[in-house]
Amino acid sequence: MTQLPMVRAEAVCKDFGALQVLKGITLQVQPREVLCIVGPSGSGKSTFLRCINHLEQVNAGRLYVDGVLVGYAERGGKLHELQPREAAKQRRDIGMVFQHFNLFPHMTALENVIEAPIRVKRRHKDDVVESARKLLDRVGLAEKEKTYPAQLSGGQQQRVAIARALAMDPKLMLFDEPTSALDPELVGEVLDVMRQLAVDGMTMIVVTHEMGFAREVADQMVFMDSGVVVESGPPREVLANPQKERTKAFLSKVL
Amino acid sequence: MTTLKTVEPAPPAEAIKAVPLRHPWRWIGAAIVLALFALFIYGAATNPNYHWDTYRAYLFDKRISTAAWNTLQLTFWAMVIGVALGIVLAIMRLSPNPVLQSAAWVYLWIFRGTPVYVQLVFWGLFTSLYPHLAFGIPFVHQFVHLNIQTLNAAFFFAAIGLGLNEAAYMAEIVRAGISSVPEGQSEAATALGMSWSMTMRRIVLPQAMRVIIPPTGNEVISMLKTTSLVTAVPYTLDLYETQRGIAGVLYRPVPLLLVASTWYLAITSVLMVGQYFLERHFARGSSRRLTARQLRALARAETRQQGGAGAR
Repeated sequence: MTQLPMVRAEAVCKDFGALQVLKGITLQVQPREVLCIVGPSGSGKSTFLRCINHLEQVNAGRLYVDGVLVGYAERGGKLHELQPREAAKQRRDIGMVFQHFNLFPHMTALENVIEAPIRVKRRHKDDVVESARKLLDRVGLAEKEKTYPAQLSGGQQQRVAIARALAMDPKLMLFDEPTSALDPELVGEVLDVMRQLAVDGMTMIVVTHEMGFAREVADQMVFMDSGVVVESGPPREVLANPQKERTKAFLSKVL
Repeated sequence: MTTLKTVEPAPPAEAIKAVPLRHPWRWIGAAIVLALFALFIYGAATNPNYHWDTYRAYLFDKRISTAAWNTLQLTFWAMVIGVALGIVLAIMRLSPNPVLQSAAWVYLWIFRGTPVYVQLVFWGLFTSLYPHLAFGIPFVHQFVHLNIQTLNAAFFFAAIGLGLNEAAYMAEIVRAGISSVPEGQSEAATALGMSWSMTMRRIVLPQAMRVIIPPTGNEVISMLKTTSLVTAVPYTLDLYETQRGIAGVLYRPVPLLLVASTWYLAITSVLMVGQYFLERHFARGSSRRLTARQLRALARAETRQQGGAGAR
């Protein structure tokens, strides 16, 4: 029996006007798998991530999440752009964590976490608050629920942001350089939360520069450069024994 | 080669008790200002041309307080129109549709580019430009037919005239507010599956309010005083025209101007208090500084920890 992949990208292309950012990305992520994407800045890692939850629209190729085409509906052999409401519905099941946290500054930590489940999923407030408290406890911030983001450290903010994404019960989590904006001593606490998430069986795609994390947690690693996948495989192999010159050059700088 | 040494904690230092610096010029400056102020008050109180008896007699005159109420209502409705239309215009200017963008721009160009007094005169002439008003499908069917020359619509036109002018300014204020919210905010909301309107309502506008409210408060206060121009429509039951009518009969303009100024000042003061509380409400979460209550809780937690460590 073959399992349906959680994410299936087939020759995904994305351009911004004349600038071609993704030039045919093909890859698969199985359920409960962790994929780490590494590569120099400007290589299209973040853009690819943003295509998966349709924050960016794919120009060519096909992208499926859990077997469903992202951003378009196929009817009568033609692709139709999705109505905003349908696109929003697709995004609900995909959690996203940003480099700069993007917490809502006018809401407390708890309010940040309960906002979407109440407003988007229309769940009952009492239930949502109860599960939100459990989530904040899980990321180690139970006592910070009444605190506003501006009063939290970067690491704490990012952990609230992870809890906020988890509150929607996503089947897939996307992390866009989640530790790149953090002080070195705060990186660990965020990676710990992500590691636990991976152990619990969450399907994750992580754009990161943390090679140690990738080696330890990822099932699959992809090295991207100028919009193409240069090399992919188990992280230990890619890191220890890169085949392509470009990968070797990059890894020699970051390791 | 040097070896690492552990640093001994320094003994607590004694608190500094220094002789404070004297500031004689501050005292002299304050004395001069206070003396000038006292002189002015004395002069105003003893100058018979101020007619303080007339001031006292008319300060709480029924006609004046009714006129103040009319002025407040005019301010309220003009601002309601201005804010509502201003939000629509701001969203039009930020929309990707070039026709909507240009329409909003032309509106702003005309209404900010001509004096509000002139606009009010135009609204006064509206009935001679368009004597009949009909609602229906153009060239097909009319549901309602109004002969607006028979309506006494001075208040209505005054509010419309002030409101449409205000909308042009509010549009810029709202646009600045919306643009001040980082893009990451609407992105995060979108990624959580929120629709555009919910993102606006729950995430963007509450944060934009911090930028929008202070200049809007200015606009309300400015509007309160701009209502004195509605005589151009002509609407005559507002505060300024009413005091002018009374002053004309008495031949005493000064005390009645003082009466009107007192009312304007009183209403403005009340509005400023309202603005303070609104600003405080929308400043939630904007400061890293902890509130007094949070600081107390933190100090308590720290003492508890130290106490626990000591007991161990």
